[in-house]
Amino acid sequence: MDIRGLDRMEYWNPAYECMSREEMRKVQFERLVETVKRVYHNVPHYRNKMQAKGIEPGDIKSLDDLKHLPFTYKQDLRDTYPYGMFAAPLSEIIRIHASSGTTGKQTVVGYTRKDIETWSEVTARALVCAGADKSSVVQVAYGYGLFTGGLGLHYGTEKLGAAVIPISGGNTKRQIQIMKDFGTTILCCTPSYALYIAEELHEAGVKREELSLKAGIFGAEPWSDQMREEIENQLGILAIDIYGLSEVIGPGVSCECKCKCGMHINEDHFIPEIIDPETEEVLPEGSLGELVFTTISKEGLPLIRYRTRDITSLNYECCECGRTLVRMNKVCGRTDDMIIIRGVNVFPSQIESVLLEMGETAPHYQLIVDRIGKLDMLEVRVEMTQHMFSDQVKNIESVEKSIRSALESTLGISTKVTLVEPKSITRSEGKAKRVIDNRKI
Amino acid sequence: MVKQISIFLENKSGRLANVTRILGENDIDISALSIADTTDFGILRLIVNNPEKAEEVLKREGFTVASTDVIAIAVEDRPGGLYKALAILEEKSIGIEYIYAFVGKRSNEALVILRPEKPFDAVKVLKEKNVKILEQEDVYLL
Repeated sequence: MDIRGLDRMEYWNPAYECMSREEMRKVQFERLVETVKRVYHNVPHYRNKMQAKGIEPGDIKSLDDLKHLPFTYKQDLRDTYPYGMFAAPLSEIIRIHASSGTTGKQTVVGYTRKDIETWSEVTARALVCAGADKSSVVQVAYGYGLFTGGLGLHYGTEKLGAAVIPISGGNTKRQIQIMKDFGTTILCCTPSYALYIAEELHEAGVKREELSLKAGIFGAEPWSDQMREEIENQLGILAIDIYGLSEVIGPGVSCECKCKCGMHINEDHFIPEIIDPETEEVLPEGSLGELVFTTISKEGLPLIRYRTRDITSLNYECCECGRTLVRMNKVCGRTDDMIIIRGVNVFPSQIESVLLEMGETAPHYQLIVDRIGKLDMLEVRVEMTQHMFSDQVKNIESVEKSIRSALESTLGISTKVTLVEPKSITRSEGKAKRVIDNRKI
Repeated sequence: MVKQISIFLENKSGRLANVTRILGENDIDISALSIADTTDFGILRLIVNNPEKAEEVLKREGFTVASTDVIAIAVEDRPGGLYKALAILEEKSIGIEYIYAFVGKRSNEALVILRPEKPFDAVKVLKEKNVKILEQEDVYLL
């Protein structure tokens, strides 16, 4: 195995992070078989689901058989609240976390000692991705508590052997004081909090040279490349993206490396698939669709084909960093937002990215779907910005036309673009309602 | 040259009334206007006595506003008066993006706003041929 640049710690666990595809598939298959057995025998909910599909653990004869297994939905976790999906007795569970449950009952996740070990392993890998080593000082400003952010990175830092500052979120003045006095080298928090800290540092007149900050691991909310640039410029650090969800394990399911070109999924623990959320078919490599995870090393709450509702795509090409772990692109939307027009899946985030390319910030927009005769029509209403405006009709029409043709090439369907006055798209709680579907089906 | 402000309007009722209300409430006087419209939107172009203030208050009210330099000329208010000026531009192959007239007039002169393709060249050739070009102050006092 070719591992370059061993002068600094480049990988936490190169045996897995740089494993050949063939070896990885072997590891995944062995672990998948064990996981399927485990849930079949220990979780009545899974046994029923599998029996309903006429599948037994012995039917899993290769990794490709994964696609025959039933899906798991967030609703399954709610229906079996709180411990119904656990595959280990409470005597083996050593930690419980729970999601906020803003859209329904809380979802409860349980970890055995081995699960905490796995979680620490994947967050340690993320920290090394950001350039951390034993001598690093890691300020964990994610919330500690039922939320997995804080404790997830905390255990990874300890596993790595770096020093963790478990400051949790909030109290920005104290964050800054500690960052300066304790010589923090790695900051872990949400990207929006990182920007807030940067502003406060500026306000407080703290100079870049007074800090030892080198990198930040930011996640738990969607952020753009533009936001990354801002954070990197203002804090003078490398800013990398981390992804995770508590149902799967928490932060560390995947993380970017220094190349910043997609997040490496820790495939030896979580097998990703991309499916069409409507047909539920597995999509070919590189397609945009819903991300689905099967955990293959968890004991407490193993999940088979868990529907994340996150929209992204996978890239199996080998990364420049040397890791062979598949990379997932930034999550660009939720399946809940998807609309189907003339058989084509359309995500509002695709429209947003097209508009973003036209100017410095994406203007507010709204999608209106109508059925005229038998044909579905998509109208994209875009609020006029100073940037797009001109005193001449032909200039505005050419802006309209370029938006239309960019949308057509991104979405694969034709649209009607209507420019509307600023603030004319209704907003609720500061957010615009993105889709109005007038079709009567 | 004269500052013109343009405002983006959707093609629906009450929009123009809204702009004129805001300008009225802020004591801004309109001396010339035109509207270019398509089925979906319109561009309202205005010459006012205080373009900076007009731009500021309209932006504050959430409108998209642009400011453009245009040429205001005075032509004889009789048949062929406008042609005399336009012929000069035509001869030099300077196209006109749009043109509109003032609400009022001065004695026997009609006042016209021109938005040529090449504003600086246009001013030069018009001046050479002694076409009367109005300055900011002249226009705002109208």
